[in-house]
Amino acid sequence: MKTFSSPFFWLVLVVVGGVSLLPIVTNSPSLREDLFLMLMLVTLASSVNIIMGYTGYVSFGHIVYFGLGGYAAFYLMQNFSVHVLTAALIGGVVASLIAFLIGIPVLRLRGAYFALATIGINEAFRVLVNNLPFLGGSVGMLFSFSAYEPYGGGKSAQQFAYFAMVITALLTIATSFIIKKSKFGLGLMAIREDQDAAMVLGINPARTKVITYAISAFFPALAGAFFFFKNGTILPETAFELHRSIESLVMVMLGGYGTVTGPIVGAVVYERLRGFLITNPTLSQAHLVIAGALLLLIVLFVTAGVIGWLRQRFPAVRRYLE
Amino acid sequence: MNFEILIASSLDGLTLGFVFGLMAMGLTLIFGVMKVINLGHGPIIVMGMFTPLVLSQAFGINPYFGLPVVIVLGLVTGIVMYFVAVHRVINAPELTTLLATFAVNMILIGTLTILFTTTPQALSLEMGSLQTGTITILGTRVVAVLVAVVATVALYLFLYRTRSGKSIRAVANNRAAAELMGINSTWILALSFGIGTMLAMLSGALLATLFGFTVLSGSGYEVKSFIIVVLGGLGNPTGALLGGIIIGLLESLVAVIPLPVIGSIPFSWVPVIEFVVFILILLFRPTGLLGART
Repeated sequence: MKTFSSPFFWLVLVVVGGVSLLPIVTNSPSLREDLFLMLMLVTLASSVNIIMGYTGYVSFGHIVYFGLGGYAAFYLMQNFSVHVLTAALIGGVVASLIAFLIGIPVLRLRGAYFALATIGINEAFRVLVNNLPFLGGSVGMLFSFSAYEPYGGGKSAQQFAYFAMVITALLTIATSFIIKKSKFGLGLMAIREDQDAAMVLGINPARTKVITYAISAFFPALAGAFFFFKNGTILPETAFELHRSIESLVMVMLGGYGTVTGPIVGAVVYERLRGFLITNPTLSQAHLVIAGALLLLIVLFVTAGVIGWLRQRFPAVRRYLE
Repeated sequence: MNFEILIASSLDGLTLGFVFGLMAMGLTLIFGVMKVINLGHGPIIVMGMFTPLVLSQAFGINPYFGLPVVIVLGLVTGIVMYFVAVHRVINAPELTTLLATFAVNMILIGTLTILFTTTPQALSLEMGSLQTGTITILGTRVVAVLVAVVATVALYLFLYRTRSGKSIRAVANNRAAAELMGINSTWILALSFGIGTMLAMLSGALLATLFGFTVLSGSGYEVKSFIIVVLGGLGNPTGALLGGIIIGLLESLVAVIPLPVIGSIPFSWVPVIEFVVFILILLFRPTGLLGART
């Protein structure tokens, strides 16, 4: 495939993978915690970019698949002592299936109606889970002390979750790249620009969109499974947090809508910025105001995001910078 | 089945419904005129809650006498918000306006948190109540309904009887054609945003007279507004009022209506019903219950 012969593809994976090894080399648990969160955000942003950036469908409540994957995996680990990897994969498949079924009717909606429907779906699952006693209802679920024993205790379970998240992030980036460079991806972008014209060119928009939506639901579900495995507890409010969903859209916009590296850059910049603002004694109070003002400036003046801007400004980099 | 409980709950739901309707009208007016979903709707409602609180705490003004201040502040806030955050991207794809208004949401919540922290607040109001038999209607509810009805009627008179109101409807209908007729669309869009914001703030002030609140109460009301707006048809103010009343009645009646086999639906299932209805309406009747806007 063309993607695998692209040096940039490998460069991105090597850089992300290399950075991910830093906490192991330096043996720093706090750096590992930071990077775990960052890789999770990269996964969320990149996967929402697959449906939103390539196809133009703004999935506002995409975090629903993070929550569904997390819940499915947690339930299996808690009640049937399933290994976290198996549980995460099942969670991913469950999320993709649900996305597939939901996508068939919902992806017929366009624009604001689609965005509103995805918010509704996320909220519907949140309040539904709140009412399901076998998933712990509103108090959620909590691991027992022995839950981490098969992984060699809590400490190595944390380590394990970290590596799982690294792999998830790399897989997401690779998938995003492969889709963008494939004929399938071209079809998506044709749909984004003009769905009716795409149809005339022989693309089946309904099928293409649903498949893409299901793919973009798989990776957040994996991330959710590993995140809540590491947390040891899951709640409806943390699993289906609309604010986190919107934050991942912000990251995509920050880095560059429809590019592969954009969501990565966006997630890292956003998280660093937030960390800086929250820990800074004079700015911590105002961190939300500053982040909001910054977002507004980007939306109003640099609509293409960091990577998009670079591509516009320096046409020469377009061949390399995806 | 207890008939009086049913009557009391219906009255409760109806009164709440009018306030919800007013709240959603703000959102739907803005969407109807410029196809923008205002994600800053929640914190704006919260601003409406805090304005009478501040007025009564700082100057000892009765919260109801603070309502004119809420109205003026809402209009000004909305117009400023339009020019700062929306005007530049008014013709961009919806993602852009969604994120721009979300940025405003972050800024407003951040500012409100700095000013008031997130501790729970409540207005102190002694309004008495009306009582007939076992049915009690709180005075605050009566006033809230009256204000909501007056505001709705005023909105209709404005939209249908004044020149600016007619211009708003013209711009909503077809902006390009309205501009050709000599309407200054920028000003009309700003005015519509101002009126939408004003309605949201006014409903916030009324909600504050009924329930306790915090700086973060907005998101719940915002999502509720989405449901109501979709029920009534995006961009349709009459529909919003109807949707508000349906949601108000649903919330107060579901738990008291007896059903065979299961007894009654627990209150915690109400939001599930609401969101499922919301999604179904979007899918099968995106123009809302009232049908296409005329």
